[in-house]
Amino acid sequence: MTNPIVDGIIQAFQLLFSLDSTVYRIVFRSLYISGLAVVMATFWSLPIAAILGLKNFRAKRLVRGTFNAFIGFPTVVLGLMLFLLFSRSGPLGTFGLLFTPLMISIGQAILITPILVSFITSAIEAIDMDLRDLAMTLGSTEIQASIAILREASGGVILAVLAAFNRAFAELGVAMMVGGNIYGRTRLLTTAIALETNRGEIAFSIALGVILLAIVYTLNIATNYLRRH
Amino acid sequence: MKGTITTLLGPSGSGKTTLLRIVAGLDSPTRGNVFFKNSMITNNTLNVLRNNATMVFQKSVFFDTTVYNNVAYGLKFKEDLSRDQISNKVGEALELVRLEGYEKRRAKKLSGGEQQRVSLARALVLDREFLLLDEPTVNIDPKNVSIIEETILRVNREKNTTIILATHNMFQAEALSQNVALILEGTVKQTGTKQEIFGKSNKYMTIFARLENVFSGISKISEGYTSIIHVNANLSIEAAFNRPGKISVYVRPEDILVSTSPLKSSARNVFKGRIIGITEVGSIVRLVVDAGKKFSVQITKKSLTEMNLNVGAEVYLTFKASAVHLI
Repeated sequence: MTNPIVDGIIQAFQLLFSLDSTVYRIVFRSLYISGLAVVMATFWSLPIAAILGLKNFRAKRLVRGTFNAFIGFPTVVLGLMLFLLFSRSGPLGTFGLLFTPLMISIGQAILITPILVSFITSAIEAIDMDLRDLAMTLGSTEIQASIAILREASGGVILAVLAAFNRAFAELGVAMMVGGNIYGRTRLLTTAIALETNRGEIAFSIALGVILLAIVYTLNIATNYLRRH
Repeated sequence: MKGTITTLLGPSGSGKTTLLRIVAGLDSPTRGNVFFKNSMITNNTLNVLRNNATMVFQKSVFFDTTVYNNVAYGLKFKEDLSRDQISNKVGEALELVRLEGYEKRRAKKLSGGEQQRVSLARALVLDREFLLLDEPTVNIDPKNVSIIEETILRVNREKNTTIILATHNMFQAEALSQNVALILEGTVKQTGTKQEIFGKSNKYMTIFARLENVFSGISKISEGYTSIIHVNANLSIEAAFNRPGKISVYVRPEDILVSTSPLKSSARNVFKGRIIGITEVGSIVRLVVDAGKKFSVQITKKSLTEMNLNVGAEVYLTFKASAVHLI
């Protein structure tokens, strides 16, 4: 009698190295959708973080605290909320976005916004604000001085982007609820693993799991490397 | 005053930096107005100050990049400068502070003295009419101090730059400047030429003599690189700087702790004394304590009651070596 797990691992590696097109299509789709999510989320998180990190206003602590609290927002709950908003009968149903790849990207972008805002704000706050005075005494305008600070924080921004990509890429809840796990369209690494395991396709699940782990692990190593340098 | 060097002379915490920051257009005064060449500066015209003056801070800050990029930073805002012109100007500025060939070094990796010289070059490269220097030689070694002082004099002489220099060091004020403004506790107490301030009547010392807690003596450098100032046979004060020779120091009344038994703490100065005077000013009480010399100490009325202190009571005075300021 053979062990199903050992069997699964052997089959998994066979799948990996046979360059099975179904597997690789899922991998590239996952990378593309989460990549788009990061681009969108960075686009609006950067200005928010710049304001939080550079300006002082009354509600600042409240806003920062809210973003911090939402870092651990349960993905399924967010998925459910978006599902209700975007379903045919929901308030945003007319866009017809539910169960499309773009919908998953939007959902993941919302999910990772708190990570991006919090991490980038901290990175900006870690920069010596005397630099701002320095820039201004050397002839920059206030906006140019802010840009100089943001540029100094670029290392922290890259770390935040990597962490955010990690979270988007590895999450299941949003992709499942608003993507629908449609074969060839919205099936991602995480949703495929969930489905194939239910169907008893252990080898296929393990193969996808190995790929998911490898990518996440590589990103973490890259993040740690950047943090040290 | 154009083309002269003026020092703002006063102990730390007296308001020199605040004044410089206002003149540099970085802060606005809480009271009063700033006039530049007969026009009043408002919050909307701070640019006038920023475009005519540049400031070197006491603590150097850098963009995390090369010396070249740091020095060239301000030039980017000047129009019509070609790459070659920028590179020439940076080279000249680095030559002034004797850091030729440092272009590609990382600014943050340099020694404290070299960093301060890069900061100076970064300001000089802009060729502004006014140069504001905030304690540019504090905490750096003598070799770097003399390079910076020479550069200041040379720039003033060759480019006719008007320089305002904040310092707590009376010798530096005497060596570098033509005019002196004495600052104490947030106000300019006295202005005059160097001769008027340090001459026969020595207004500087007269002003400080009126202050409480000023002690003069011969200072020796200790093994721990602090200064031990011999005030008299019964009183030696330890200070967290190293300057040997005859000096005067100042301790703020609110920096001194009063206790009825000796305190075990990291503070380097503990003296036993006797209370010889108590004056109440609102909720604050001024004690005069004889501990080899008269010390003025500031405590709250509540402490006075709780500690049950009276004239004649024996007390211990404790203050940190870093609370001792050179004047």
